[in-house]
Amino acid sequence: MEFFLQLVLSGLVVGSIYALVGLGFVIIYKSSSILNFAQGEFLMLGAYVCVAIFNATKVPFLAAFLLTLVFSALLGVTLERVLLRPMIGEPVISVIMLTLGLASVLKAVVQGIWGTDTQPYPEIFPTTPVRIGPLPVSQGYLYSVGSVLVLLALFSVFFKYSRAGIAMRATAFSQQVALSMGISVKRIFALSWSIAAVVSAVGGVLLGGVRGGVDGAFALFGLKVIPVVILGGLDSVAGAIVGGVIMGVLENLAGGYLDPLLGGGVKEVAPFVALVAILAVRPYGLFGKIKIERV
Amino acid sequence: MRCGDFRQTYVQDMAIFESAFGRRVYLLFLASLAFVPAFASGFWMDVANRVLIAIIAATGLNILTGFTGQISLGNAAFLAVGAYATGYLAGPMGLPFLVVIPAAGVLTALVGMVFGVPSLRLKGLYLAVATLAAHFVIEFVVTHWESVTGGVNGMSVPAASLGGLSFKGDRTLYYLVLPLTVAMLLFAKNLFRTKVGKAFVAIRDQDISAEVMGVHVFKYKLLSFGVSSFYVGVAGALLAYQARTISPESFPITLAIDFLGMIIIGGMGSILGSIFGAIFITLLPELLRLAVTPLASHFPELTTLFASLKMGVFGLAIVLFLVFEPDGMAARWHSIKAYWKLYPFSY
Repeated sequence: MEFFLQLVLSGLVVGSIYALVGLGFVIIYKSSSILNFAQGEFLMLGAYVCVAIFNATKVPFLAAFLLTLVFSALLGVTLERVLLRPMIGEPVISVIMLTLGLASVLKAVVQGIWGTDTQPYPEIFPTTPVRIGPLPVSQGYLYSVGSVLVLLALFSVFFKYSRAGIAMRATAFSQQVALSMGISVKRIFALSWSIAAVVSAVGGVLLGGVRGGVDGAFALFGLKVIPVVILGGLDSVAGAIVGGVIMGVLENLAGGYLDPLLGGGVKEVAPFVALVAILAVRPYGLFGKIKIERV
Repeated sequence: MRCGDFRQTYVQDMAIFESAFGRRVYLLFLASLAFVPAFASGFWMDVANRVLIAIIAATGLNILTGFTGQISLGNAAFLAVGAYATGYLAGPMGLPFLVVIPAAGVLTALVGMVFGVPSLRLKGLYLAVATLAAHFVIEFVVTHWESVTGGVNGMSVPAASLGGLSFKGDRTLYYLVLPLTVAMLLFAKNLFRTKVGKAFVAIRDQDISAEVMGVHVFKYKLLSFGVSSFYVGVAGALLAYQARTISPESFPITLAIDFLGMIIIGGMGSILGSIFGAIFITLLPELLRLAVTPLASHFPELTTLFASLKMGVFGLAIVLFLVFEPDGMAARWHSIKAYWKLYPFSY
């Protein structure tokens, strides 16, 4: 039982990071119908930039974190303006390849600057574990799950009440209608890319704090999140969150119980097996809009 | 005077070569390729074989993605299927390459068709995601089916042989790879002059119209997956014969991205484009290495940075091509040819 709870708990932590990266995915997909394969690189870059600012300037960690968010927002806007805007109206394969090429460039930049060794993270969370019931839980886990919850609540409010949030939802609903209501769709695209970069950077910093360091493997989160957003529904914010938590728990349980039987590696492949099943049964996901074109 | 590229008969439109002169130039070029091993160093023979193998794989992917419009991220896994089939059939079973290479192709075609079944219901992004899942599932199977694949340790492959004939080393293997590449390119070129090829293109352009015109969409999509995977499987077989050892790490997801990069840079929906793209992407790291080596004595950090430099240049090439020349090198080739045809009166 304790083994089970331990697995569920670590699944929840990873799942909350999945939810954040998934949120970035969904925001971009909703506004511009682009599946961003460079999302994992955004996460990795955010984690690296944060620790680099912290080491270089000796400012408090929180300040370095906020500077990272500013950097990510600018990065998102720039990429959208320079690379993604010429792609409007191009076929799906071109847009997919563009984000894959972008991912490759970002990875190269990170490796070129910081090398391939793990960059240690400062201890940003207190180290003494807290007991929840029978389980000792490290405080980093609690902080990361907590901050994910806060962020998600903030975004829900943002989409529901703020002017920009409502404009984004209008754009997602119909670009033509949004244009005729005086919304600048281009600005919405830029905003959605910067939000996606920012939430991924938050995820990256949290992950760095929990794991105590950042390395190139962080970029793999971008691929792991694809089953998450398909499960939740590509165009649903709530779906990204629920999907993230479910996938995090699922991969941990599958890894914990099936690894001894099948000889390792189940954790990596389980989300993709689930992905095939979801695509066969319910390709629009749990909360997605049912408008997938059938052939 | 002809002031453009006009085709007045169906025969002209269907011709592979526009003129008898063009055909002779191609034949002469092919004949000269046969003498490459007499001059090239061992290193360049290895590169030449890898280029030819990449051409076969890129042509296969182009049949599926460029001509039929089905995006596949699973081609590295299909390459692995072809390579492992070769390893098993040539190693423990001890079959000659004349049997092994077609068998590896057919086996990969079957696997490809199984993973093509989702295309019955999915298209565009969702199919890309489904084939991505196929990659990870196949990778898992290859890593864990130890009795056949040797698990993480991989397996060694004997040299391609038939009776007393043995293709050991890149210099002799070249004479197996080159004719096979030419034959497969000719087949692909001819495929798109037939009913089947035209059906593929019709599905890419508008699947509903294709269905209305009497094209059995699902059958032809599956056939496209089969033909494409056959090509990739043959490429995998040759890769196994060339590398002589294969392991799960030889077929990472980045390899699938490399192949997609080849057809994007070369030109989607063009056989010539697959050739250009395969040459470009395979030569890119080698030329980069040649450019970096003389500088390395002055900037020693360049050698450690080389891996990331390679990755960055690859990504940048894809991004720049997509933004500035979305139709790829084949389109540029055609516009250059048209320019010279009308020189100096082009407009």
